[in-house]
Amino acid sequence: MTDKVLTRIAVNGVVYERWIEPRQHLVDYLRDELGFKGTRAGCEHGVCGACAVRINGETVRGCLTLAVQADGAAVETIEGISDSGAISDLQHAFLQHNALQCGFCTAGMLLSADDLLKAEPGANREQIRAHMSGNYCRCSGYHAIVDAIETTRDSRRLAARSGEST
Amino acid sequence: MNDLVELHVSADAAASLRHVGQSIARPTAKRLTEGRGVYMDDIELPRMAHAVYLRSPHAHARIVSIETAAALSMPGVIAIVDGAQMAQVCAPFVGTLLHMVGMRSPPQHAIAINRACWQGEAILAVVAESRAMAEDAVEAVTVVWEQLAVVANMETALAPETPVIHPEFDSNLCFHRELDTGGVDAAFAAADTVVEETYFFGRHTGVTVEPRSVLADFNPAERRLTVHHSTQAPHMMADLYSRQFGLPEADVRVICRDVGGSFGIKVHAYPDDFATVGLSILLKRPVKFVADRLESFVTDIHAREHRIKARLALARDGRILAFDIDDLTGIGPYSMFPRTSVVEGNQVVNLTGGPYKHTEYRAKLDVVFQNKVPTCQYRGVGHPIACAVTEGIIDLAASRMDIDPLELRRRNVMEDDSYPRKGAAGILLERLSHQQCLDKLEAMMDYSALRSEQAELRKKGIYRGIGFSVLIELTNPSAAFYGIGGARISAQEGATVRLDATGMVHCAVGVGEQGQGNETIFAQIAADEVGLPLASVRIVTGDTAATPYGGGTWASRGAGIGGEAVLLASRELRANILALAAVHLKRDAGELMVADGKVWDRATQGPLIDFAELARIACFRPDLLPRDFQPELVVTRHYSQRDFPFVFTNGTQASYVEVDTETGFVKLLRHWAVEDCGRVINPMLVNEQIRGAVVQGIGGAMFEECLYDENGLLRNGSMADYLVPMSSEMPDIEVAHVETFTRTSELGAKGAGEAGTAGAPAAVMNAINDALAPFVARVTSQPFTPEKILRALDKIHV
Repeated sequence: MTDKVLTRIAVNGVVYERWIEPRQHLVDYLRDELGFKGTRAGCEHGVCGACAVRINGETVRGCLTLAVQADGAAVETIEGISDSGAISDLQHAFLQHNALQCGFCTAGMLLSADDLLKAEPGANREQIRAHMSGNYCRCSGYHAIVDAIETTRDSRRLAARSGEST
Repeated sequence: MNDLVELHVSADAAASLRHVGQSIARPTAKRLTEGRGVYMDDIELPRMAHAVYLRSPHAHARIVSIETAAALSMPGVIAIVDGAQMAQVCAPFVGTLLHMVGMRSPPQHAIAINRACWQGEAILAVVAESRAMAEDAVEAVTVVWEQLAVVANMETALAPETPVIHPEFDSNLCFHRELDTGGVDAAFAAADTVVEETYFFGRHTGVTVEPRSVLADFNPAERRLTVHHSTQAPHMMADLYSRQFGLPEADVRVICRDVGGSFGIKVHAYPDDFATVGLSILLKRPVKFVADRLESFVTDIHAREHRIKARLALARDGRILAFDIDDLTGIGPYSMFPRTSVVEGNQVVNLTGGPYKHTEYRAKLDVVFQNKVPTCQYRGVGHPIACAVTEGIIDLAASRMDIDPLELRRRNVMEDDSYPRKGAAGILLERLSHQQCLDKLEAMMDYSALRSEQAELRKKGIYRGIGFSVLIELTNPSAAFYGIGGARISAQEGATVRLDATGMVHCAVGVGEQGQGNETIFAQIAADEVGLPLASVRIVTGDTAATPYGGGTWASRGAGIGGEAVLLASRELRANILALAAVHLKRDAGELMVADGKVWDRATQGPLIDFAELARIACFRPDLLPRDFQPELVVTRHYSQRDFPFVFTNGTQASYVEVDTETGFVKLLRHWAVEDCGRVINPMLVNEQIRGAVVQGIGGAMFEECLYDENGLLRNGSMADYLVPMSSEMPDIEVAHVETFTRTSELGAKGAGEAGTAGAPAAVMNAINDALAPFVARVTSQPFTPEKILRALDKIHV
């Protein structure tokens, strides 16, 4: 077994110094070392998207990223993103459309959807479906997820337009 | 301020505000959007150890020796336990039911002893301080195996030359059943048209995104066991743990917090569950087991490996005269405990032809053992198979007879005014609405316009197809499902409703929540039946120490059985609140009414007193009440459905697809579902049940299959290799309802969770075959991969 490595990782704005095994994945580091249980391990090989977190603003798969790769970086999990209110509109739309059932995939879904709406604020239904195909949901059949993202797209565009006009 | 508002609200207006029937968002789901859910693996206990199971890499092999010394000396390793050691605390179990007459299955151990019978069967437990340490130690264990002859192919499992897996049996037969109304041969002889076809159903599995997980916490000081478990049936598991480990059930508590998908995968008692509890008892400390994704594929139950030969006889006018089917299904080496692995096949033979009026029916079922993962009940349980066979062969007949497929169904479905009645297979049907559903579906999809579009596009070389399915679904089961067969799986459900000291209502129900929205609909029912705002209702589920005894979630029983228990308890609590108010106000109860958390004067329509004040008096000032009156503000009521073996629902679906005849790819364009689940308590939640279930059905029809080689080894056991539906491949799904209330309950609700899965594969298959019709090509083997479609089109021959 390789010697442990000292890491300094800022998670949701707090700096954590930990000696960790180089082989430890970011999802396990967040869950087991720090107790951020909102990030979920679904497939552990980068397919299902339940373990999504952000490193320096970019969404990554926590099960394909080693924790040491985040050394010196700022990591955001669903807990921090929720507390900040940054995606509260999207979360509200998911609730209103019942775009989650068991909720296990939801953190990953929200981050992917938010990424899409930032990159493509006018994404149409087909583009939404294509973009969200990196995230598995076994409960919903996806229809309500697409509806919720469309609703958020429309409300964000409306807000952006009214922001421009004032 | 409150007084002013109240002046403008009358008693009748307050009472008219109903929650049942409204699309109310789930109040308890907000925390799930914020990462604040608590799934089993999120729970950590002091001194908690982690179990990892060493699993057989072979489909069938004798264990010659196991060398564990190197592993035991590794850092953090606490114990290594084999099957014989486990058997000292956990008795073997047998997955049979008495009413499945003649079925057999050998005793199965929590950890295999001497021999592994499928790739993935656990033969050794390694317990360590962390999961990573346990996984490292598993790598250091050496097992010497002697490979045994493998029975992989169910088609030859009963052949005389095939080895018999279990030496105590004379063959690989688990169960055989025949149904025969007696006149089938005569009906076929008299038929104008006879069609026959063979249908294959690929073995698939549930792939819950949260894997199976269990945390056993045995306290040796008081000999009490607490199990944190991601499960659909907490009381069933508590009963099984009690009996397997010789503990009084009163000393076993099963707690189930958030569940990350279940679909039937988590309604079974897995050997791993027993082994993990056994480890906690042996090691006197909490032990957690969470399946990883790769072992999920070889240990979660599989389902649906069937081959069905079907024949259909019709009169000249399209009247169906008889169905004749022969079903063969492979279930792995053991029948799962305690629900058994024969239920799926049994339901196939009970349900085939279910919506139709024919009177002659013959079915044969063979359930065979093989060296693959055990199969058991997964969402839909037999319905998707029965429906695909029924609807597939009806479409074949329609094309042979040149009758429109919708018209042929109209001529044969049981009329809406003909109930109650019996189906040819012997099933009792309370009230169904096939005709209304077909009418609604036709209008919703604009059928004639769609046919015109299809014809126009076909001229341009674009091949689109329309496919229908008509389905029945058994829901709200009586004890006929398990209880009469000797399994201690509760058919009844209980609800305890109490008014707390602040005037809010708490409702504890045996049926849990796995994301369907059960807690929300229970709150809606309680709010209406007690008479207070939804925001004043709290629901408790998922704890055998805190909820009335119940069966949990399976066979689409949560709303119909659990909801009725909530309704009955809530009505009684309302009556008790009214009685308290009458005594306190010195009024006749008949002059008062309850609504919106208050007691009102019927005559003046004005509010008299609210629940909070009544609760305050009951709890803190009983001295103000007469000596002979004691308020009872906690009520428990139970419900079990005893009028029919099952309360059937019905529905229809349609699929519109485009087949690329060059590549074999199918684009699912649209999907429609009309569902009659009786009273719709929350339309949005029912729609989402239908949509999710439809997509699970599409998964089996189009993508999902556990592919085995001839040695019984799974070739695609990872999420990267096993395809499940993704958002880009799925169509929009339009849902509509017909509401035929069941008269078996006050609530009138039937189940809604599985019908989508039941009807989708048939509709998609028929749509693909409709698209392929110009080429006189058909596909009948699920999943309908591009390869199979190209073979049907005669474009690949290798």
